[in-house]
Amino acid sequence: MKHFISLFKKIDSTTKTSVKQAALVEYLQKSDGRDSIWAVALLTGKRPKRTVNSTQIRTWAAEESGIPLWLFEDTYHIVGDLAETVSLVLPPVEKENLKPLSEYMDLLTGLKDKEEEEKKELVLSIWRSLDVTGRFIFNKLMTGGFRIGVSSKIMTKAIADYAELPEDVVALRLTGRWSPVDLTLDDLLKEPDEEERLSKPYPFYLAYALEDEPHELGDPDEWFAERKWDGIRGQIILRDGQLFVWSRGEELITDKYPEFEILKDLFDHDIVFDGEILAFSEGEPLPFHLLQQRIGRKNVTASLMKKVPVAFYAYDILEYKEEDFREVPFSKRRALLEKVLSEIDSEIINLSPIVSFSNWKELEPERENALEYKSEGLMLKHKDSIYQVGRKKGGWWKWKMDPLTVDAVLIYAMRGHGRRANLYTDYTFAVWDDEGNLVPFTKAYSGLTDAEFMEVDRFVKQNTIERFGPVRSVTPELVFEIAFEGIAPSKRHKSGVAVRFPRMHRWRKDKPVEEADTLANLHKILNIVT
Amino acid sequence: MRPKDPLLQFTDKGIYCEKGGFFIDPWRPVDKALITHGHADHARWGMKNYLSTPITEAIMKYRIGADINSESIGFNHKKRINGVHVSFFPAGHIPGSAQILVEDTSQRWVVSGDYKVIEDSISEPFELVKCDYFITESTFGLPVYRWRTDEEIFGELNQWISENIENKINSVILGYSLGKAQRLLQGIDNSFLPVYCHGAVYNMNEVLAAAGMDLNDYKPITRDTPKDELKGRVIIAPPSVLGTPWLRKLKPYKTAMASGWMTLRGARRRRNADKGIILSDHVDWPGLNATVKAVEAEHIYVTHGYSDIYVQYLREQGIDADVVKSEYEGETDTE
Repeated sequence: MKHFISLFKKIDSTTKTSVKQAALVEYLQKSDGRDSIWAVALLTGKRPKRTVNSTQIRTWAAEESGIPLWLFEDTYHIVGDLAETVSLVLPPVEKENLKPLSEYMDLLTGLKDKEEEEKKELVLSIWRSLDVTGRFIFNKLMTGGFRIGVSSKIMTKAIADYAELPEDVVALRLTGRWSPVDLTLDDLLKEPDEEERLSKPYPFYLAYALEDEPHELGDPDEWFAERKWDGIRGQIILRDGQLFVWSRGEELITDKYPEFEILKDLFDHDIVFDGEILAFSEGEPLPFHLLQQRIGRKNVTASLMKKVPVAFYAYDILEYKEEDFREVPFSKRRALLEKVLSEIDSEIINLSPIVSFSNWKELEPERENALEYKSEGLMLKHKDSIYQVGRKKGGWWKWKMDPLTVDAVLIYAMRGHGRRANLYTDYTFAVWDDEGNLVPFTKAYSGLTDAEFMEVDRFVKQNTIERFGPVRSVTPELVFEIAFEGIAPSKRHKSGVAVRFPRMHRWRKDKPVEEADTLANLHKILNIVT
Repeated sequence: MRPKDPLLQFTDKGIYCEKGGFFIDPWRPVDKALITHGHADHARWGMKNYLSTPITEAIMKYRIGADINSESIGFNHKKRINGVHVSFFPAGHIPGSAQILVEDTSQRWVVSGDYKVIEDSISEPFELVKCDYFITESTFGLPVYRWRTDEEIFGELNQWISENIENKINSVILGYSLGKAQRLLQGIDNSFLPVYCHGAVYNMNEVLAAAGMDLNDYKPITRDTPKDELKGRVIIAPPSVLGTPWLRKLKPYKTAMASGWMTLRGARRRRNADKGIILSDHVDWPGLNATVKAVEAEHIYVTHGYSDIYVQYLREQGIDADVVKSEYEGETDTE
């Protein structure tokens, strides 16, 4: 694990992608294939199921360090990272003994069905054999989640460099379902066998948000506009009479949406669609929060399928009759898609309509009224654009509607994590109800500058009313404009609503707390949306 | 157990001895102030009379003003003030830093100010003073803070400097100008000398050298320092220079921030320095617990740091303790 530790240190101490990439290439060259595949998997967020839970880790660490559990917990809230807290509180190591990365992973995955005592014994013996950095890395292996800024783009480039393969080939090999448990990196990079080939999705092409005005894109005749749907981006693959449905997170979700099974009967040749899975009824998409009832569910019952019916809005075709169409200009792919879908008759797969326009001005109301179409805005796609790999600028842009906003009052604060550890940066916001009480409706963690966070942190420390463990209630005085992408009714929240992607849009220093928004107003927004 | 008729009291101006008629490290102007050490949150402006160790006196004359009314006392000497005895013992925090023992016939109190039990190359080593009542900081009073020896810390730092020198890059080490800067200066490998210093650090070095401290070879960086001279050098500056034009002259350079807070990854990343060196003038968790036990006091008072948490911990360990409010700040960047 020596190389992996040094790789981690290098990546963690830089923000430059070129340095990260060089460190990855160096690591891949130095390590054997079993270690490499684990490093690739862990750094790109493909982690095995946890075999040791967080409560166990906390309890054992406190015990091993000879400190009470509450002190461990308080310390953890200040440090802001469990793996790091554990690595620092444990007594200093006497003799360090490092094993290869893959060996640790094998040991951890081997704990799956073991008794708690056996798990504890193994974890303690490893803790006792590592120094602070080694323990920290090992704890991250246990808890999963190496969020240290290695994008799949950087990883793809590094592997391509190491293996002397084209980037798009590497991207294709990394896509889909594979497990580091019984592979080496070289196995993964090999030409896939037939069975694997059948299920393999294409890497998704992702768009950036449009930053400038749309007229900067030039001649409107060269562009298509479509609605940006608020569902699950997905790929439907039909090959050799078999069906595979993949989500954008590269999760195979075929079993969760049995509706799509009938597609097997509709096509007698291979075809791959890109599009959106949506809750759908009578030819109309339904709000996202309904689809959410299907997302987490493994067991899809007939009643659930009836309650939340699902359909697919197709907007691209990536493969047709065994041929890869990604290099074909979008206008031609679109024409083929329209032809293919016109030849079948199914409510399960629909053509995502084109929004016609002759000049950019005409598009503006379409974007602003996105909610009326149960959409989030528009997608702009160049007619000549090819289907690229990953997030790229140029060919496609997303042009989302302005976020919904309310002015809300900061009432609780908690310490943040990572680079914000030890600063109060996680806040709960409230709005006024009819009786003049502040009702909490959302949390938000992002959107302020470092300087603003420091200012709020100081306010929190000086205006604490009460402490509840890591949370402090503060004098209701600060007002923030909270922006969010969607709103849905919620029984779990006191406010009766749940918002999506909330963040602090602006600090309303000009606004007295009495003038913050009301719950009634929030419900009014909810009614417009649903 | 708290005393019935305490010799020292905690007031809104600072720690007060009514019988002796003096304050210790007060934060509001008073007539007579005994000062533990020269950092600005302990040695403040506006006292009519100061009493401290000779080095602290020199620091105060430089920082507060040459015209202050002050008197000095060496370590381990007793002085009688209105029927109360006071004596100063090394605190191991920075040069001249002291714990102040205040005693009469019935009570012994130790005000430890800021202290550190691990030895370094510049501060008089911490001396344990048994007492009835012990007043302590808890700046790093959490079980994640555990210091390594200076030898280990400087081994790593010197390695980093050699790599920079090989690449003809300046090594800018950031630490506050009183204490941290001199500890860095003394810890750096002799082959890297002379060390170039920011004005604030240079002036403090001059004050301490004049007070009799033997420091490694250092030079000031001034407007006239030729740019060619500053290539592959070691430079010591206060943390406040990060992000200012002053640094531009030193290009190409790498920065290392020296502070106990560098233990935590979040703090290291927030600081935006190229390297974090875990180096503190304050007592760490094991040192704090060992000291609090060894003084064998009846009651512990915690003035600053993670006071609430630490007091709860002490009580669980069967040690009587209280949090007292103060305006001391612990380890900051601005000293």
